[in-house]
Amino acid sequence: MAESTELKAKDFSNGSDVKWCPGCGCFPILKGVQRAMAEIGVDKSQQMVISGIGCSSRFPYYMSTFGFHTLHGRAPTIAVGAKLANPSLGAWIITGDGDCLSIGGNHFIHLMRRNLDINMLLFNNEIYGLTKGQASPTSKTGTVSKTTPLGSVDTPMQALPMALSAGASFAARVLDSDIKTMVEVFKQAEAHKGTAFIEILFNCVTFSDGIHDLYKKKDTKTVTTIKLTHGQPLLYGAENEKGFVLDGTKLKVIDVTDTNKAEVLVFDDKDVNLSYLLSKLEYPEFPIPLGILKKVERPTYEALYAAQVDDAIEKWGEGDLDKTLRGDDFWETK
Amino acid sequence: MEKEAVSSTHQLSQVSIRFAGDSGDGIQLTGERFTTTSAIMGEEVATLTDFPAEIRAPLGTVGGVSGFQLSFGAGDVFTAGDEVNALVVMNPAALKINLMHLKKKGILIINKDSFVEKNIQKAGYDTDPREDGSLKDYQLVEVGITSMTKEALKETGLKPKDVERCKNFFALGLTFWLYQRDLTPTQDWLDLKFAKKPDVANANKLALKAGWIFGEATELLVHSYEIDHKDVHRAPGLYRHVTGNKALSLGLVTASKKLERPLFIGSYPITPATEVLQELSAMKHLGVTSFQAEDEIAAIGSAIGASFAGQLSVTSTSGPGFALKSEFLNLAVITELPLVVVNVQRCGPSTGLPTKTEQADLFQALWGRNGESPLVVLAASSPVDCFKMAFEAARLAVKYMTPVVLLSDNYLANGSQVWKIPDVSSLPELQPGYDLSKNTPDGPFSRDSITMARPWLSPGMPGSEHRLGGLEKEPVTGNVSFDAYGHEKMVHERADKINLVANDYPPLPMYGSEDADLLVIGWGSTYGSIRWAVDKLTAKGIKVAFTHLRYLNPLPNDLKPLMKKFSKILVPENNMGQMYLRLGGEFNEKLVPFNKNTGTPFKEKEIEEKILEVLES
Repeated sequence: MAESTELKAKDFSNGSDVKWCPGCGCFPILKGVQRAMAEIGVDKSQQMVISGIGCSSRFPYYMSTFGFHTLHGRAPTIAVGAKLANPSLGAWIITGDGDCLSIGGNHFIHLMRRNLDINMLLFNNEIYGLTKGQASPTSKTGTVSKTTPLGSVDTPMQALPMALSAGASFAARVLDSDIKTMVEVFKQAEAHKGTAFIEILFNCVTFSDGIHDLYKKKDTKTVTTIKLTHGQPLLYGAENEKGFVLDGTKLKVIDVTDTNKAEVLVFDDKDVNLSYLLSKLEYPEFPIPLGILKKVERPTYEALYAAQVDDAIEKWGEGDLDKTLRGDDFWETK
Repeated sequence: MEKEAVSSTHQLSQVSIRFAGDSGDGIQLTGERFTTTSAIMGEEVATLTDFPAEIRAPLGTVGGVSGFQLSFGAGDVFTAGDEVNALVVMNPAALKINLMHLKKKGILIINKDSFVEKNIQKAGYDTDPREDGSLKDYQLVEVGITSMTKEALKETGLKPKDVERCKNFFALGLTFWLYQRDLTPTQDWLDLKFAKKPDVANANKLALKAGWIFGEATELLVHSYEIDHKDVHRAPGLYRHVTGNKALSLGLVTASKKLERPLFIGSYPITPATEVLQELSAMKHLGVTSFQAEDEIAAIGSAIGASFAGQLSVTSTSGPGFALKSEFLNLAVITELPLVVVNVQRCGPSTGLPTKTEQADLFQALWGRNGESPLVVLAASSPVDCFKMAFEAARLAVKYMTPVVLLSDNYLANGSQVWKIPDVSSLPELQPGYDLSKNTPDGPFSRDSITMARPWLSPGMPGSEHRLGGLEKEPVTGNVSFDAYGHEKMVHERADKINLVANDYPPLPMYGSEDADLLVIGWGSTYGSIRWAVDKLTAKGIKVAFTHLRYLNPLPNDLKPLMKKFSKILVPENNMGQMYLRLGGEFNEKLVPFNKNTGTPFKEKEIEEKILEVLES
């Protein structure tokens, strides 16, 4: 592996013209991934970037690593096969809200439960962009789009609670506008042994422009978001004047005072129940959580599989094809 | 006891027997033991299984009857036989639906203990078939199989339920006496199988022996029979009997050994292909990675991913699953990644008849994808041939960097034959068609000058970083390109490459009389029935020629010139005439379709009669 100091973000670009709309939220994410790879110091020949279909899924074409632009919703399946074939490879899945949660919903769930050492980046702009503006599974109820001219009647899907329910060992949410946090989270995701799921709220300048602005703008973000830091109390607001406490089985917001300060929950990224409760929070009832929601160690699929191979070799002996061809019930004709 | 030898002439040197009973009666196991024993005795065997789609349909009903039929004998045994010489039925329901398979005057052994009023009614009989004259054309042998098994095992101390489970071995012992089978292989097998439960092994051995002794002592059976072994000429070597699914799995793992790359199988359970995944899942010590995916789509996706990463990759399925895989199959076509897709066909459309056989996925394999999507299609012709064709599928996939569809079917998958175990060292080494040790590609879509294969470049190979995808590519570089003429060039490159594969086939096999007027063209599992009929007619001096296709796309180069030589061409298929149409039959009066869609393979006689009919027309 090359020394991290030698690599720059541009070493992970292949020089092709990037063909997203000017101002697309994909640009900073591309930069963020390239920068994270450079800072970690990964070897580009050992990295795979695998995507489905959609605007964001053109991503591999702009990377200097190995890439695979697969089918709509199916990137996890290709990544799983490649990773099982060669567990030493780094694997990054690029997916969108339609790709991951609609057509690829089943693969998404099973990727989370298996816990291969793969990073999955969900680009969520709450719209179908490449097909020019139809409601997506994360579009808010009432979203007016080309297929929902009277507003969508669907209930939006929440990616993070789904990922957590399905067993994600690492889950995070970041904004396309915050490259610094994004790079930090990508680096932690790559260091994490297991599937890391990262929802990135990003902007579509053409079809859902400004959809996440409430979480990004200086004047609103202090009340619309809460930044999670492991070991720190769950406080938010311009002056950290709001805090989360537990009320029965629910989270409740309180106005923090000197007397009740001690009641505020301390965020623990290993507390799976707390992670789940936080993942369900939606604006305007609550601020939405940003940062790493969960980070727990559990054995990876490939490690468990390798252990089985060792067992099989111990049980049946290594590589004796002739013996397998003969089976238990053979005879010799002389 | 007087013994009567079966005639040693070709037609009579074979015997067919069918076992039938409730699906929990151990019928398949009984049949398999009979098969293995006959094979070990040096005889040729061919088997046919017939079981319900339900695991345990209500006891005693016709819906729950499981059957196992085999032919055994000297000389070539191509099929499990049209009609059986002996039928063993464990209950009235089994009799009801299997009597049609028994020859007139054939031996009918019934378990009389189960012929009580309730079971007779459940089977749908209005009257007891033993008393209403409906069995008068057969040699009826009523045996208390259950009661005599209980009697024989009364001192074993086994629970009544476990004792009753041994009754299939009593039936086996009786048939072993009837056809003078060697008991030793089954006794040894029981010792091995129940090494940890010697009381179970002993009970089954007791039941087996009791069945034999009953046969010897009873006056109900006058003769036992022997196969004349003077025509048994088997080449020296190691042998076993294998089902098609087993042979196919072994062919794949052998190919991976000869390619020196690990085997990856990504699959999803589906009848009748599931055994392929199961077999390979137990071969992890041979470097096999088996992945039971969340669905059919993920199964092929994972296999394509593993192929991208450099492994010999396979996905196995049946028709409905194959339909789900078609979008991914196209991705393998456009990315030119090697992949073997096994389709063990069953009756369609839709869920159809999951446990019955058909050859109706040919068009789906050839053309069931969007766009111009050429790939290689192969078909195995017998259970044993599944090994060879699985190996071929892998060989062609990596040599031409292409997906290969291998068609098998339910009949081949569950049927079995004696197999001469190959010497792995005698099999050819497999090589990717673009030799990276001799050539340096200009891009991921550079092509070998002979095979047109692109280089197999995988993640982890420094300097080979590239991007694949389903979008159209620029030649050589593989970069995304929307150029109209570039697309046309790539359409041709993909088609030309697949057409080259036909140069890599063995010559078409010829059977019967090459100077006949009539050529029979078969493909896939129809081989056995057609071969039997053609051999029989040829022996009678009737001229008919036969060639069998195992390479279905591209079609063999020598097929068209061969077809020109004949004035009539008969194409038998277990479908509505898909190969017939592929060969231009709709607009060529020379071609005659012959179709069967009953979920069962052609009978030998049906082919024989059809050939005679076409010859006379």
